Amino acid sequence: MYTQALNTAEAPGAPVDAAAAARFQARIDAEQRIEPRDFMPEAYRRTLIRQISQHAHSEIVGMLPEGNWITRAPSLRRKAALLAKVQDEGGHGLYLYAAAETLGVAREALVDQLLAGVAKYSSIFNYPTLTWADIGAIGWLVDGAAIMNQIPLCRCSYGPYARAMIRICKEESFHQRQGFEIMLTLCRGTPAQKAMAQDALDRWWWPVLMMFGPPDAQSQHSQTSTRWKIKRFSNDELRQKFLDATVPQARFLGLTPPDPALAFDAETGHWRAGPIDWAEFEAVLAGNGPCNRERLEARRRAHEDGAWVRDAARAHAEKPRATKAQAA
Amino acid sequence: MSGICEPAMGAMVGSALTLVETPLLRALLARADDALILGHRLSEWTGHAPILEEELALANLALDLIGQARLLYEYAGAIEGAGHGEDDFAYFRDPPQFRNLLLVEQPNGDFAATMLRHFLYAAFADPYWRAMTAAGDATLAAIAAKAEKEMAYHLRHAAAWVIRLGDGTAESHRRLAAALDALWPFTGEMFTAEAGEAALAEAGAVIDPATLRPLWDATIDRVFAAANLARPSGEWAPSGGRAGRHSEHLGHLLATMQHLARSHPGATW
Amino acid sequence: MSADLSPLWEVFIRSRNGLAHRHAGSLHATDAEMALAAARDLFTRRGEAASLWVVPAAAIIASDPAEAGMLFEPTGSKIYRHPTFYEVPEDVGHM
Repeated sequence: MYTQALNTAEAPGAPVDAAAAARFQARIDAEQRIEPRDFMPEAYRRTLIRQISQHAHSEIVGMLPEGNWITRAPSLRRKAALLAKVQDEGGHGLYLYAAAETLGVAREALVDQLLAGVAKYSSIFNYPTLTWADIGAIGWLVDGAAIMNQIPLCRCSYGPYARAMIRICKEESFHQRQGFEIMLTLCRGTPAQKAMAQDALDRWWWPVLMMFGPPDAQSQHSQTSTRWKIKRFSNDELRQKFLDATVPQARFLGLTPPDPALAFDAETGHWRAGPIDWAEFEAVLAGNGPCNRERLEARRRAHEDGAWVRDAARAHAEKPRATKAQAA
Repeated sequence: MSGICEPAMGAMVGSALTLVETPLLRALLARADDALILGHRLSEWTGHAPILEEELALANLALDLIGQARLLYEYAGAIEGAGHGEDDFAYFRDPPQFRNLLLVEQPNGDFAATMLRHFLYAAFADPYWRAMTAAGDATLAAIAAKAEKEMAYHLRHAAAWVIRLGDGTAESHRRLAAALDALWPFTGEMFTAEAGEAALAEAGAVIDPATLRPLWDATIDRVFAAANLARPSGEWAPSGGRAGRHSEHLGHLLATMQHLARSHPGATW
Repeated sequence: MSADLSPLWEVFIRSRNGLAHRHAGSLHATDAEMALAAARDLFTRRGEAASLWVVPAAAIIASDPAEAGMLFEPTGSKIYRHPTFYEVPEDVGHM
């Protein structure tokens, strides 16, 4: 909202005002929200821009794997629900870009970073959707994992981000349910449908567990983010919450997660997963997942093919009012 | 009336429905198919729109149309009385059994072509559904009351884009004019009623689409003037969609749309 | 890429008649009509609105948070503006 006013923001590397920084931390500690024009340390601003824009990019790129099945959805009810869900993701990307813009960066600049391959987005969207069951698995697992992550963000210290997340969480409440319903219908369907569901779980299970990010011991940004109340739970904590919620759901479906080491620890009451292949995570993050190139290429093409439309809209808006008055 | 529908030609996996098409069923399917096929076309844009805000807009337009199709198919099923539901009509008819206009099955092309196609259709569908709110058939009138509000918005949205693109840059104007050349010939089909539909119109059950021509012409002229577009001349005026004689494009669209459903006949999704 | 910039608009929604318009978020659009259409598509997909406003973000003049003390704190001591400041015997009844 206050983007223009922030053009005078302190340059990166400007000297840190220790007293101001202490006052800022005291406000955070007192659970006060930070609003766009308030003082904030440059590192806080940059951390938020990075996190919110990555989140926005993830929503926009995330439209592609599911969008892949809109034209092939097997019933009109599913087609409408999937289209509405993917549309929501586009909306969530826009809410988040707008939240990032309050920090003094233009959406266009953020999109340029994505298209240049400089900005990151969630690694999960670099996996392909090969069958209809993948749509169920994404809703159930990917959205389920995202909700674990996003609900605490509704209390994030930065006001615009927290408000965007409240709106997003409210709208997303149907996403996971529609995914689970797809899985349930497949699991209660023909043997071929059930096999499709198990195959989807086999392929999505590990990448979804990786979505929460590297183990706490290796996470680069965690400590400061926690101090600033941007992040309220660690990667491993969220992963554990997800595991505990999801394994019983898989059992309800009659599906088996592809982890022979998966076991219930009666002492702690938690499900324990086998070792995650972090080399795969690193590879996908570095650009070498199954669909990294296609996803970026699709976004670049949409951007480039749309340039003349954006030019035309601007040109039309800039023409003298008299011309437009005739049109009305 | 020819009564029995054409036999399925080149049927895909999962055999096609056999329908006994009364004039009313056939007219309902025509309107439903228009909405479904155009909605499907718009949904193809998902993730690829030129402006992020327009992603949301295109999806909303598509959802409106798919919603209209579902209501119409549901009513078609009730009229037919053979236990067929929306998905039977959408997924288990072959291309020659589809009754939609050739206009709506034309490929998306660029954003100018998509918006122009939408404008040409909405400029018809908006007054069509408004007129249908007074239809003798109460169920159709109720569907029309919903569709009319939706199509009024579609018309506004598409007209605004036609004007923006027509007035915007030399390139946008060139693209829009090219789209107009390609799509204009398909517009005549909107105003032609098949024999059965004409009889229904005479009985007051539905609207004769020919009566909407003056309203459509006025909308076209108003928007084209603002968009610096001229009506193309030219005599080619293809038709046949209502009778199931389609362009090559529909077969590809349906192959994509129906493939999964037809690969698992009898399955629930 | 500055050639690709389009203006920012603030969106306000009246959820139903009788309530005030409330800030919902922001979006980009090149003209007012597009801004209104985008606001409709982006912020009212679930029946959230009975009315919409869009305002160019550049037209909003905001107070400076650094001046919040000067602007808003002096009012804190004016407790006589609140009804609880005054004592009225209970026998008088509700006032």
